[in-house]
Amino acid sequence: MTGSTHPRTGAPGPVGGLSGLRSLLTQRMRSGQLGTLPIVGALIVIWLVFQLLNPHFLSSDNLVNLTLQSAATGVIALGIVLVLLVGQIDLSVGSVSGLAAAVVAIGSVQLGWPTLLAVVVALGVGAVVGVLYGALTTRLGLPSFVLTLAGLLVFAGLQLRVLGPTGSVNLPFRSTLVRLSQQGFLAPAASSAIVAAVVLGYAAMLMVERARRRRAELPVASPVDLGVRIGALALVLGSSVAYLNTNRGVGVTFALFVSLVAVVDLLLRRTRWGRAVRAVGGNVESARRAGIPVRRTFVSVFVACSTLAALGGVLSVGRLAAANQATGGGDANLTAIAAAVIGGTSLFGGRGSAWSALLGVLVIQSISSGLTLLNLDTAVRYVITGLVLALAIAIDTLMRRAREV
Amino acid sequence: MSSPVLSLRGVSKSFGAVRALAHVDLDVRTHEVVAVVGDNGSGKSTLAGVLSGALVPDAGQVELDGRPVTLASPGLARALGIAAVFQDGALCENLDVVENLFLGQEVTAGPLLDEVAMEKEAWSLLNKLAARVPSVRVPVGALTGGQRQAVAIARTLLGDPRVVVLDEPTAALGITQTAEVLNLVERLRDDGHAVVLISSSIVDVQAVADSIVVLRLGRTNGVFDADQVSYEDLIAAMTGATPVGRRTRPARREENVT
Ligand SMILES: Nc1ncnc2c1ncn2[C@@H]1O[C@H](COP(=O)(O)OP(=O)(O)OP(=O)(O)O)[C@@H](O)[C@H]1O
Ligand SMILES: [Mg+2]
Repeated sequence: MTGSTHPRTGAPGPVGGLSGLRSLLTQRMRSGQLGTLPIVGALIVIWLVFQLLNPHFLSSDNLVNLTLQSAATGVIALGIVLVLLVGQIDLSVGSVSGLAAAVVAIGSVQLGWPTLLAVVVALGVGAVVGVLYGALTTRLGLPSFVLTLAGLLVFAGLQLRVLGPTGSVNLPFRSTLVRLSQQGFLAPAASSAIVAAVVLGYAAMLMVERARRRRAELPVASPVDLGVRIGALALVLGSSVAYLNTNRGVGVTFALFVSLVAVVDLLLRRTRWGRAVRAVGGNVESARRAGIPVRRTFVSVFVACSTLAALGGVLSVGRLAAANQATGGGDANLTAIAAAVIGGTSLFGGRGSAWSALLGVLVIQSISSGLTLLNLDTAVRYVITGLVLALAIAIDTLMRRAREV
Repeated sequence: MSSPVLSLRGVSKSFGAVRALAHVDLDVRTHEVVAVVGDNGSGKSTLAGVLSGALVPDAGQVELDGRPVTLASPGLARALGIAAVFQDGALCENLDVVENLFLGQEVTAGPLLDEVAMEKEAWSLLNKLAARVPSVRVPVGALTGGQRQAVAIARTLLGDPRVVVLDEPTAALGITQTAEVLNLVERLRDDGHAVVLISSSIVDVQAVADSIVVLRLGRTNGVFDADQVSYEDLIAAMTGATPVGRRTRPARREENVT
């Protein structure tokens, strides 16, 4: 190993500069963990291509639409990221979101529940589904692939039953849920303040961490490195928000989605639960021997996934001001799963990040929105999204093989 | 000789019709490496399981400081100061070195993990073993077999156990890496741990062990002083054959014929 060695701890010193970056990159490539880099690159390429084909693509109006379209699917994809991390799958997220949508719509329109109550009940339905999946996989050892396939049918059936004979319920436009989803935007002052707070908070966190590492005599990041990281966050976050603010602004539902991603990311990286999730996905037997509560971890992940799927259903009711038999049907299921994988979460368990839900859904919605602008139909969209998914899986598999050599 | 920390007295363990261990006795002392050798299927891993709480014997006793104990789980054994590295690995390849070392025993500060404290402790554990890893923040999947074994051994040292059980730590390692792991074993002994080294390589065992227990078909087939016993005697005890060949043949040259 090159690089200086820390005098007291024996920890290798920091490597800086371009050569450091390059060696970091090659090392990561070899160990098969490029993280989110390829997908960020892909997203930029997709945006440039569509912008060349149609100058309206990167307009603030279209990007605001893009964010609004991303929220519901993104929230569902976030749940998929969690189940993939423990090496499982949930194929029923579409119909669970459809069922939750039906519950919200029927509850608030036909039964006259307050919106909040209807939402809570819908999320509760999702949580119960998750408990069922968790119990059946951990106690009886049913493979989640088949179990959730069965669940897909069961909950699609329940969705039809809840919707009743008309098969469709419209929400009034004055309903809180609809107003929040369709016209709820953060005030420019508010979104700017949030950006400032997040950047300052991030900077403070990095500084505190750096000071603690220094006191512990561990290698610390160079000030330049720190500055680059803080600057990059400020630039990406600040410019996106400023650009969206030239139009309608940052949608409340999209802000909710991004905050959920940030929270899940923190849970995964910095809590015992998150560590248990990744350990179980990496090697169940090792995790069990290390004293990780394996069953509880599986159950918590299934509950989180189904609850997020239900929340996705609730958000789509708000956006479309309706719940019907098609909600959560069609390609909704596969889009959410594809988003998680395209975003870089491995199908083989243990590797991935909450941010892949955001990146993956942006890729899928960008393709969809770009093709719509070019007047290309659903057929083309399916084919292209499918090809991108195949590419993502190919990369995932190659990375895995690279790790195994 | 000091009195043993951990002992087995007449331990038997069967899996269905297979008698994996029959009336086995074993004594483990601090500052001592006891090697357990035997052919494939002779019951070595079963013995490791009994010592480390992964398996409960059907008959016989496990004694800790002369008092009978029931090691009902690896967690309980750990709490009593017995840690083990299992034969089929106990690491999560997707987690980095620090994450693996502290898996299940993470240091927290409030609701969040205290990565700084864990990373510092990780370095001090690895330094204690003079184990070399390129970085404690790479996934262990990217490490060499020897480095992984070092991480697995360092992991057992959390909480400073008195007894460390290593099941075939040198299997599948090359010559240099085997030497590195054997150095770790010696360091464990010098730090005052009682070490049980399970191996099917007689050469490895003769290099570091103080005493050698031979298992054959689940039974103890001889306990030898490592300085006195010859390679041929050990082979004979392992296979049940009478010693053959020239006694003068230097044992160390016979490496890795198996
Ligand atoms: N969980 C189990 N279920 C059934 N039989 C088992 C089990 N574990 C071990 N055995 C049997 O017990 C005997 C001893 O196995 P053990 O794993 O202890 O041998 P070993 O000496 O460690 O072998 P190796 O050198 O291959 O690691 C073998 O016949 C094996 O097939
Ligand atoms: Mg064995």
